[in-house]
Amino acid sequence: MDIIGVIGAGVMGQGLAQDLAQHGYQVLLNDISEEILDDAKRRIKQNLRAQRMLGNTSESGETTDQIMARITTSTTLDFLSDAQFVVENVTEKWDIKKEIYPQIDKICRDDVVFAVNTSAISITKVGSLTNRPEKVLGIHFMNPVPMKNTVELIQGYHTSEESLETARQFLSGFNKESVLVNDAPGFVSNRVLMLTINEAAYLVQDGVADAADVDKIFINCFGHTMGPLATADLIGLDTILYSVEVLYESFNDSKYRPCPLLKKMVDAGLHGCKNGQGFFKY
Amino acid sequence: MEETKIQIKDFFSRFFDVDNLADDIDIFANGYVNSLFAMQLISWIEKEFSVAVEDDDLQLTNFNSVNAITGFIERKSSIVA
Repeated sequence: MDIIGVIGAGVMGQGLAQDLAQHGYQVLLNDISEEILDDAKRRIKQNLRAQRMLGNTSESGETTDQIMARITTSTTLDFLSDAQFVVENVTEKWDIKKEIYPQIDKICRDDVVFAVNTSAISITKVGSLTNRPEKVLGIHFMNPVPMKNTVELIQGYHTSEESLETARQFLSGFNKESVLVNDAPGFVSNRVLMLTINEAAYLVQDGVADAADVDKIFINCFGHTMGPLATADLIGLDTILYSVEVLYESFNDSKYRPCPLLKKMVDAGLHGCKNGQGFFKY
Repeated sequence: MEETKIQIKDFFSRFFDVDNLADDIDIFANGYVNSLFAMQLISWIEKEFSVAVEDDDLQLTNFNSVNAITGFIERKSSIVA
């Protein structure tokens, strides 16, 4: 397995494409516009250069250009007919995801496994969009992908053992370990994390503490490397809001109601690290 | 040279407090910055000073202090000139 389709060139797609290319995989990177793809390539290149500068170079000693040459981009999905494994990383919105799967189901070879890179969407529901539900599984990569070596591997209702094994082989190719969990809204990581971040946003909204102090308590008292609000900025506040909304809709439980401050910040364009302002300034 | 240093400090000030920052202090070793900063620093140098940062240049010693960056830009600019 050496040709990997990566759909979606946002923060996760960029990190994944970079990590795969650094480990020798050929990457077919898709998104809806040339502008997004050009921006993704520029950011991946910047990241590779920063890694080189900080001494985290690839063991192969390859140049940045050699690594970049493994990433092919396209605004159409047709080139995925060459892919041997596909990871989909588009926005965490069902309406967007549901358009992709029937298309790639037709384009890709029958033996290709589809991995939904999601923090909250139902893998079983995605599987139902295809004629290969046994080959649809979830891989919840962590951000930044090149630095986080453990993922949640999610088994949908119909996902076969064989597909899980294929995913494990794919993951081991770029030094990722996985923890297998069952398909449930938010899986393990996000059911807890999103609720924590949402509640931390309520603390700021209610004036209980400011963002810096909320995070300080998690860092200094609990020994976390980052507080929940800096984590939210890193993930992207838009993604956090979508994820909380998905949990709310999935469980129909008011404990997942999105914090109005979080909504307001997203509406105001404060999306976190990726555009310079979230709970903190960058 | 002094002007270059002012420009560098001005860029740094977007990320951290540059008051009392000595020109020779190692900003990476002293925990002022992270990899996100490193990414932006390289792009900024290329754009602001019209120099190309090659793979071989990507060593921390070229970028870890105001003096190091100033020296790097001067070397690169003189090659172009």
